[in-house]
Amino acid sequence: MPDRAAPDPAAPVLEVRDLSIALPRGGDRPNAVSQVSFSVAPGEIVCLVGESGSGKSVIAFSAMGLLPKALPVVAGRIALQGEDLVGVSEERLRELRCTRMGMIFQEPMTALNPVMRCGDQIDEVLAEHTDLSAAQRHARIIEMIEQVHLPDPPRMYASYPHQLSGGQRQRIMIAMALILGPSLLIADEPTTALDVTTQAQILKLVKELQRERGTGVLFITHDFGVVAEIADRVAVLKHGELVEMGPTREILTRPRHAYTQMLIRSVPSHDPPERTPASADAPVVLATERLDKTYGSAGLFGRGRTVHAVQDVKLEIRRGRTLGIVGESGSGKSTVARCIARLIDPTGGQIRLLGTDIASMPAGQLRGLRRKIQIVFQDPYRSLNPRRTVGQSIVEGPMNYGTSAADALARARRLMALVRLDPESLDRFPHQFSGGQRQRICIARALAMEPELLIADEAVSALDVSVQAQVLTLLADIRDRLNLAMLFITHDLRVAAQVCDEVAVMSKGRVVEHGPVGQVFGNPQHAYTQALFEAAPGKDFEFGSVAAA
Amino acid sequence: MATLPSTPADAPPGLAPDTIEAPAVVARKPGLLRRLLRNWSVLIGAVIVIAIALVGLAAPLLTPADPSAINPSNRNKTPGTQITERNDEGQRITRSAHMGTDSLGRDVYARVVYGARVSLIVGLSAAVVSVAAGLLIGLVAGYFRWMDAILMRIMDGLMAIPAILLAIALVSLSGASLLTVIVAIAIPEIPRVVRLVRAIVLTIREEPYVEAAISVGTPTPKVIWRHVLPNTIAPLIVQATFIAGSAILAEAILSFLGVGLPTDIPTWGNIMAEGRTSFQVFPHNIYYPAIFLTLTVLAINMLGDGLRDTLDPRMAKKV
Repeated sequence: MPDRAAPDPAAPVLEVRDLSIALPRGGDRPNAVSQVSFSVAPGEIVCLVGESGSGKSVIAFSAMGLLPKALPVVAGRIALQGEDLVGVSEERLRELRCTRMGMIFQEPMTALNPVMRCGDQIDEVLAEHTDLSAAQRHARIIEMIEQVHLPDPPRMYASYPHQLSGGQRQRIMIAMALILGPSLLIADEPTTALDVTTQAQILKLVKELQRERGTGVLFITHDFGVVAEIADRVAVLKHGELVEMGPTREILTRPRHAYTQMLIRSVPSHDPPERTPASADAPVVLATERLDKTYGSAGLFGRGRTVHAVQDVKLEIRRGRTLGIVGESGSGKSTVARCIARLIDPTGGQIRLLGTDIASMPAGQLRGLRRKIQIVFQDPYRSLNPRRTVGQSIVEGPMNYGTSAADALARARRLMALVRLDPESLDRFPHQFSGGQRQRICIARALAMEPELLIADEAVSALDVSVQAQVLTLLADIRDRLNLAMLFITHDLRVAAQVCDEVAVMSKGRVVEHGPVGQVFGNPQHAYTQALFEAAPGKDFEFGSVAAA
Repeated sequence: MATLPSTPADAPPGLAPDTIEAPAVVARKPGLLRRLLRNWSVLIGAVIVIAIALVGLAAPLLTPADPSAINPSNRNKTPGTQITERNDEGQRITRSAHMGTDSLGRDVYARVVYGARVSLIVGLSAAVVSVAAGLLIGLVAGYFRWMDAILMRIMDGLMAIPAILLAIALVSLSGASLLTVIVAIAIPEIPRVVRLVRAIVLTIREEPYVEAAISVGTPTPKVIWRHVLPNTIAPLIVQATFIAGSAILAEAILSFLGVGLPTDIPTWGNIMAEGRTSFQVFPHNIYYPAIFLTLTVLAINMLGDGLRDTLDPRMAKKV
């Protein structure tokens, strides 16, 4: 038995050998993870990449001993500096967490206790695992907060989580995970919930701390941009099996396994393809003028707080063209989409649909025009009523406008074929479809209205890259075939580059830059746009151009 | 103008012809009834409630005695005493008073058995009335925001008055009859239903599928009926059972206090009220109806707990 006090410095920080973890009975496969082997050397960043359901988070949780009882390790070993963690006592695991291995999670919003000050939460770790006095602990924490580059450490110490931004919270999480100098850091999608600029800063921080301290990092992500940015070595997981592992450059440029090739090919390229310029005689389907949306109003007692979600937005979309709105969370891009679809009422300005201003049109008049603007939402799991068959969902709209049930059904069948789904499955319920399939059903539902303008509000953001690629192809295809105008809202610059003819960049409720996609991406003018492109992960890496081996 | 392809064969050349996808076959969850019957508290609760209901329905078969017939010669008999009385044809018959008689010589067993009718009718009706009214008000308050402030302040006002006091006041205003008792018990329960429904509506109306329905031009009443209302059914069934339980208790309290139904209609509450004065000497007047009352309310609450575990996904045990 190895001496517990002195771990073997030459051993890999983490060694996973032939690890198999069972899924509960009734799952889609017998094992969540089967026979996975890899190791993380000291001072190395290893990325586990895979689509949702590939078992990457299960591996991370198994190393921390945080797996629920429903997912038992059935074979293999997980060794932390030579010490086997499978079957070790809960007490020993507790000793090892934080001291020898730390973890950061995806949701910085929920990983911190909202009723404890940030400093006290870090202090808990120190008080539990060290004999330092309160003053020493305080000094250590302030020092650590400084190291994760948070401004004004004493104030951060005394802040509650809700007073910090997402990025700041994730920094606190990192400080907490690293304060005892663990030799292994497990990061489970730590930047997925963050905006791209914040993500870039966090990635930089993880790299910097890892280099300074020689920590081994196991980094879980689904984003190949992040992989290109941070990883030394990459392990690709598919359905719980490790299909390929190797140095980052090797995997990204010369993937050997067909699955890896497919994944990397699905990542949209950052460079926009050549576009045909807009023809001036195509009619303008939608134009907004000085569009404003203000939330909140003067309260009953005293002054209320108002938020300018959207200010002075001017957009124009011609038939057959796609306008992209890109921006970070809170930039107002979704609010613009919802105003245009009249799901919310704009506070001011004009929304002209084929020349008719609908911005303040009363509901009765609007009804006739509503069908011309259709919207596809982000979350495929919530966009369809779970109690109604997909057929019922698709025919609902046409039947509202007087189409007979038989005609509407015939149209639904044609549309199912158009979005490449089996028309025979119209009587199935949404839960029988995958996320990508559901999103295609939503597209079919929108198209059933024969709209002039299709709004896609982050319509591919919740999908895995391979599925995302399919839906994007489908959208572009449909736009061309039906000669639609499309408004494409996204936070993902790569997606915008591939789909849009023109882009509008939004920040804090205003359009800061607007132009043809090639121009905005090739030569961004506004400082914010430049920062946004600078922050895009893996920007130096050319995806989407990998040839099949 | 956008036109649709006319035949499936017209579908765009995509990745490959085989990209027409059928959804995966998913193992069906066991049916709702089976899941309900697998739950012990649903099973036990339902069996007891059904048994009590059968007792109430079959009351004339279970006892030949008239529950409100006063018989001075048989006053305050202890349980199991043989009593003699004349039947309709004037013949003398002797039978056992299983639960004794009260101070007016009425058969307690008959009164308890007939009392089950009133209790269950009141419980069920109060639940139906309050859920129906609460559902309507809750849907309106949750969906039409400008109505929200007005309706919810009225509901807050109602909730500020203790339920039983409000019920007493309502019964005294209009005189005691089965209908007024049911309405009086149902009204104080309405605000809780309203709050439940409103909370559900507020979350559901933000769901993308509701917004999608709006943007395909579905008229508001249809949006509510098709997309919002079905989400309230399961929690309302659960809430209704709890209301039924407390309504039965409330009816018993009203009758016990003497403001409920008149004593010629036997209810568990007024049997106990009758026996209160001589409780120490003849406790059977109190404890037989009390046992039935407790058992019924307990069974209904067990049923409600079990239904909540089965129907309400938020309360279901997670894997």
